[in-house]
Amino acid sequence: MNKAMANPRDAYGETLAEIGDKYPNIVVLDADLSKSTKTILFAKKYPQRFFEMGIAEANMISTAAGLASTGKIAFASTFAVFATGRVYDQIRMDVAYSQANVKVFATHGGISVGKDGASHQMIEDIALMRVLPNMTVITPSDAPQTKRLVELMAQTPGPMYARVGRANAPIIYTKEDLASLQLGKGLVPREGDDVTIIACGTMVDQALDAYTRLKDKGITARIVDMHTIKPLDTALILDCVKHTNAILTAEEHSIIGGLGSAVSEVLAEHASSIPFYRIGVRDMFCESGEPEELLDKYELSAPHIVTAAQHLLKH
Amino acid sequence: MAKQQAFLKELDLIAVKIRTHIIEMLYRAKSGHPGGSLSAVEAMVALYFHHMHINPKNPKDPDRDRFILSKGHAAPTLYAILAELGYFHTDELLYLRQINHMLQGHPVCTHIPGVEASTGSLGHGLSFGNGVALAGNLDKKTYRVYVLLGDGETDEGQIWEAAAAASHYKLDNLCALLDRNYLQIDGNTEDVMKLESIRRRWEAFGWNVIEVNGHNIGEIIDALLLASDHKHQPTIIILNTVKGKGVSFMENNIDFHGVAPNEMEYKLAMKELAEQQRALEAAE
Ligand SMILES: Cc1ncc(C[n+]2csc(CCOP(=O)(O)OP(=O)(O)O)c2C)c(N)n1
Ligand SMILES: [Mg+2]
Repeated sequence: MNKAMANPRDAYGETLAEIGDKYPNIVVLDADLSKSTKTILFAKKYPQRFFEMGIAEANMISTAAGLASTGKIAFASTFAVFATGRVYDQIRMDVAYSQANVKVFATHGGISVGKDGASHQMIEDIALMRVLPNMTVITPSDAPQTKRLVELMAQTPGPMYARVGRANAPIIYTKEDLASLQLGKGLVPREGDDVTIIACGTMVDQALDAYTRLKDKGITARIVDMHTIKPLDTALILDCVKHTNAILTAEEHSIIGGLGSAVSEVLAEHASSIPFYRIGVRDMFCESGEPEELLDKYELSAPHIVTAAQHLLKH
Repeated sequence: MAKQQAFLKELDLIAVKIRTHIIEMLYRAKSGHPGGSLSAVEAMVALYFHHMHINPKNPKDPDRDRFILSKGHAAPTLYAILAELGYFHTDELLYLRQINHMLQGHPVCTHIPGVEASTGSLGHGLSFGNGVALAGNLDKKTYRVYVLLGDGETDEGQIWEAAAAASHYKLDNLCALLDRNYLQIDGNTEDVMKLESIRRRWEAFGWNVIEVNGHNIGEIIDALLLASDHKHQPTIIILNTVKGKGVSFMENNIDFHGVAPNEMEYKLAMKELAEQQRALEAAE
């Protein structure tokens, strides 16, 4: 069966344009990538409130903080590599430390960026942003959820980082599924008893695929969509410890510092001995290739999640 | 004079060959950046096939001149040139951007012979070049350092930090080349983030500025010689270029910044390039 697809980047740009009237304080900045990040959709509708900053990301972030200091809700967008690593100090001082109402919304996160290669495959952004005090870290998993999360970001004051991928994403949620969506509260799109797969962003779809494959093998998996990595839904994680026999995390990110690390910190501090494994990029730079090929080669795709789950449950 | 014309014609033919590689590579890769790859061809051909002292048999020769492709998205041009010079087999070009192959979407110095710096994140290359040039002075080496910048790329603050440093340290062994094609991704450079007057800006930072037609290899070679002779200041050569140069429907067309040709476009482009080759060969 072909899944319905939509691009979370489109959802981002469309939502900004849709809520522009409701939130007259929204301003949007971009660094010569508005056609890719889709902020162009806002720029077309609200040219006065859109600032093209050129290829100058550091300047963009600090400018966004200045705008925010006057009461604006400043969304700043570029690719995830440039939105975090390149401007880390600007985000640290002017956004996180200053508690500025800046929403850094990054696209092209993860290895599924594909052929541009490792230089453009951002697998450290969640780690970089998560370590910053005051920072909320968000990884939408499909287009409808992106829409809701963008609106929640606009509504909720404070420094935030969100990242989506480049590719179209299968639609996971209906509007009703998302009616009570809250920042910091994970979703459970599938219930199961044997193993929990906590996934984020582009990996939620792989986890759902793994769910079906595991079911065929008589294993039931609970799937958690941890769309907010910080603040982390600790209560939900502890519930998974109680009700399932193993925990896997799955992220299109380094296994160091991201979702897997965040979950393992919770497990360790609660002295949990539950079998645990992190699916993610295992401390290396990847390479150019088709997204699917890369997810396979670097062991992030559903079959690898299945193998890991089976392995964990044997212990 | 006649002899000089002969070698310029030779280089023009090489430029067409490099363009042909670029189109072939991008078509096969089904992704990549035609516009900025094509606009930089003559400058890189002049450097690699005429001006620079390099040794493809020993890519790490400590005395080699260095070329740093700061605008890393023009990787296809660099790869095609390196392959033609024998740094690696031209067959590699067919697997650009493919998994389990050497040629990455953007240059990486750890995997590809002849690539001096890993680039793709814009704005780093000039600082890197300064480092190589400072080391050259420290070690009393005579090698020269060349850095190719995009015009949009000079929006980056780091470029101006590097511009100040090169001038401060009087790096006359360093020469930047600016691919002045007036386009970046979101539009014309002057609409996105005004750059003019580029000449006055670089002069104000203490640079020797030379302006040339970036598609005239003779002019580029003359400028490179002037730069080599210029003392106590770094030189920047402003290459007035056309983005997408050499393929009519890509020229000045922003849609071909980062989109590969489809089959029809590929065939059309190859036909145009073949015609250019024939015309050059037929010319006196
Ligand atoms: C730091 C950084 N920001 C953004 C990008 C995305 N990007 C790739 S090419 C490009 C435009 C480059 O324009 P220009 O320097 O004029 O290059 P050219 O016209 O020669 O292709 C942008 C914004 C990048 N590679 N690096
Ligand atoms: Mg340009």
